[in-house]
Amino acid sequence: MHIAVCIKQVPDSAQIRVHPVTNTIMRQGVPAIVNPFDLFALEEALRIKDRTGARVTVLSMGPPQAEDALKKCISLGADDAILVTDKAFSGADTLATSYVLAAALRTLHEKQPLDLVFTGKQTIDGDTAQVGPGIAIRLGYQLLTYVSRIAKIDVQDSRIVVERRAEGGVQVLESRLPAVITMLEGTNTIRFADMPGMFTAARQQTQHWNREAIGITDLTQVGLKGSPTVVAQVFAPKPKAVRALRIEGETPAAMAEAFVDKLFTDYPQLEEALLEHLDQLAAQEQQS
Amino acid sequence: MEKFDVIVVGAGPSGNAAAYTLAKAGVNVLQLERGESPGTKNVQGAILYAHALEEIIPDFRDSAPLERHVAEQRMWMMDEASVCTGMTHRDARFSTPPYNRYTIIRARFDRWFSAKVKEAGALVICETTVSELLRDAQGRVVGVRTEREHGDILADCVILADGANALLGSRAGLRREIKAEDMALVAKEVLFLPKETIDARFNISGDEGVVIELAGNVTHGMVGTGFLYTNKDSISIGIGCMLGDMKRQTITPYQLLEGLKRHTAVRPLIEGAEMKEYSAHLIPEGGLKALPQLYGDGWLVVGDSAGFVNGIHREGSNLAMTSGRLAAESLVALKAAGKPFDARHLAEYKRRLDDSVIIADLKKYADVPDFLHNKPHILDVYPRLLGNAAHEMFMVDGQSKRAKQQKIYAELKSRRSLLGLLGDAYHFWRAFR
Ligand SMILES: Cc1cc2nc3c(=O)[nH]c(=O)nc-3n(C[C@H](O)[C@H](O)[C@H](O)COP(=O)(O)OP(=O)(O)OC[C@H]3O[C@@H](n4cnc5c(N)ncnc54)[C@H](O)[C@@H]3O)c2cc1C
Repeated sequence: MHIAVCIKQVPDSAQIRVHPVTNTIMRQGVPAIVNPFDLFALEEALRIKDRTGARVTVLSMGPPQAEDALKKCISLGADDAILVTDKAFSGADTLATSYVLAAALRTLHEKQPLDLVFTGKQTIDGDTAQVGPGIAIRLGYQLLTYVSRIAKIDVQDSRIVVERRAEGGVQVLESRLPAVITMLEGTNTIRFADMPGMFTAARQQTQHWNREAIGITDLTQVGLKGSPTVVAQVFAPKPKAVRALRIEGETPAAMAEAFVDKLFTDYPQLEEALLEHLDQLAAQEQQS
Repeated sequence: MEKFDVIVVGAGPSGNAAAYTLAKAGVNVLQLERGESPGTKNVQGAILYAHALEEIIPDFRDSAPLERHVAEQRMWMMDEASVCTGMTHRDARFSTPPYNRYTIIRARFDRWFSAKVKEAGALVICETTVSELLRDAQGRVVGVRTEREHGDILADCVILADGANALLGSRAGLRREIKAEDMALVAKEVLFLPKETIDARFNISGDEGVVIELAGNVTHGMVGTGFLYTNKDSISIGIGCMLGDMKRQTITPYQLLEGLKRHTAVRPLIEGAEMKEYSAHLIPEGGLKALPQLYGDGWLVVGDSAGFVNGIHREGSNLAMTSGRLAAESLVALKAAGKPFDARHLAEYKRRLDDSVIIADLKKYADVPDFLHNKPHILDVYPRLLGNAAHEMFMVDGQSKRAKQQKIYAELKSRRSLLGLLGDAYHFWRAFR
């Protein structure tokens, strides 16, 4: 069995700042991490590997620095890492990205047939959740989004059963393979690499595939040219300045009293509802 | 189990210098760093002294991320929130390449240095904390234990480049625990300002930079100093004091820093800046007398972990790099001669240190920590006196200059007895001679 996991290196959004003068995002000095949503996908793939001995290949389209993110995946237990990188790919939106990744996955499939492709639910820097579906459509694979659990895999029969979070409940879906799964967050916990894993990652050479390697000739489909999405403007929303109310008092009890007073003056319906509720409670108590 | 010739613990300047020199010489070396990437855990002002790095990577200027070269040095004596007396040194020779000192941002610099280490052929593994040293039955250090599963790794020699806390050596009983009296605690901020604003405020252009060393009452009478350095589009500002003093005074480092930032001489320089980063870090400032055992069977200690800091000149990273290089060169020489890395042979490292600028400078200032410790008023009384004297002399108010001199002298005497003055002068001379 062969599983591919598509990951992206993203700036750690917790540490991103907006330039106070130009309003642009300052990525300088912000550490790059594996998109957190992708780690749930990777962990799920590694768990299948633990159970079945499947081969796990991680794949990323990105600049040469993205190699660090791939190495991290190797340290956690992935067998192979491929960086799909070419100057022509830069500036890609989700459409152009899924085009390139699909081409890379096709190439990978020729080397060793794929049964499953995992992606994260979405990225923290794009938030679109479009790349996984884009890949599935292009490859003609089954698409299983927002998967919360993999219930069963039958490699012989090429079938998989998954649980999918849907509005108002959980769907149990059975599908044939190959399939693309986008993994829901919080469904597992990524493992901690052991020392041998760290050594493997430190020594492993990541493969680099450029556009020739994955047979891309039509440059209007990739990078900025292949991206219909236009960023019209970037701005930091001005925080609304609402003056905080200060409640003063000598003792905590006095402060609490002043606070409740203020609350009930501003929202009389709240006081009414509370009194009504208290009346009901009293009535219930009398009955019992 | 994995086995290497040498394991270097830590990827600061000392560890990087050691790993680079070893790898260049073809030694099989593993470097372990607990930070996500080299530099994420490290704090420095930071001034980079070119000389020490030049001896390791002669053409470092072509690729290292340098912010500005230091064109001007200011020294300020500060009193309370309003007085600042100072001196400025600007010398065209410092603005002529090759430059001697640069401001740097450690996170970037360390990442660059680490890339060089990898290029040289060392195996570098980050996000991996060494929890203890592995010892054999005779107590020889034979490797390290990391916090990861299956985490034991063997080596013929372990270089401790683990920084100021020096936890590994203490835990293994290779040294005594560090005393608060020998440690300075520094709080530092990086403040963002556009390059043009920095150039205008500091009267500089191009890649020129300014360094301001701050002393006096901003440390509330504790032994310590502050600094303000210009980077390309940010300012590094920090202040620190001896940990022992801080413990007694129950003042926090960030309170000191806030005070410094509000000082009349500092505030206009950083007005409107946005804080990018806040950090606090220890500096071992005990000097020569606080140096631990520097080598033993299967181990060496370098950089801050060995206490190689010249607090008076704020030199640390250069001594770290030089000691890392000397440690590596000692090992390379022993290996070439087919000698084992036992204590008897590793004494070679100590010999090389003794011949170097590190021990020479630490010897020169060996008495300074004691001097400052016993006479903390030096940093409190004198700046105040100096400030008042300058104020008196510059104030044109109809009093004769002679009367003013008498007033200054009277204040001097009221603060410090004549004998006390003489004593201070003598001790000062002794300590810095
Ligand atoms: C605020 C401040 C300002 C300074 N200004 C200057 C200056 O302007 N110029 C100057 O030359 N010096 C300056 N110094 C001193 C200088 O920063 C240090 O001397 C220098 O960083 C020492 O280098 P090092 O490699 O020994 O230690 P460090 O730079 O501290 O590196 C130690 C490394 O070891 C790693 N480590 C620690 N323990 C473990 C473990 N158990 N396992 C794995 N990894 C571990 C750490 O994460 C770290 O990366 C300043 C220091 C401070 C705090």
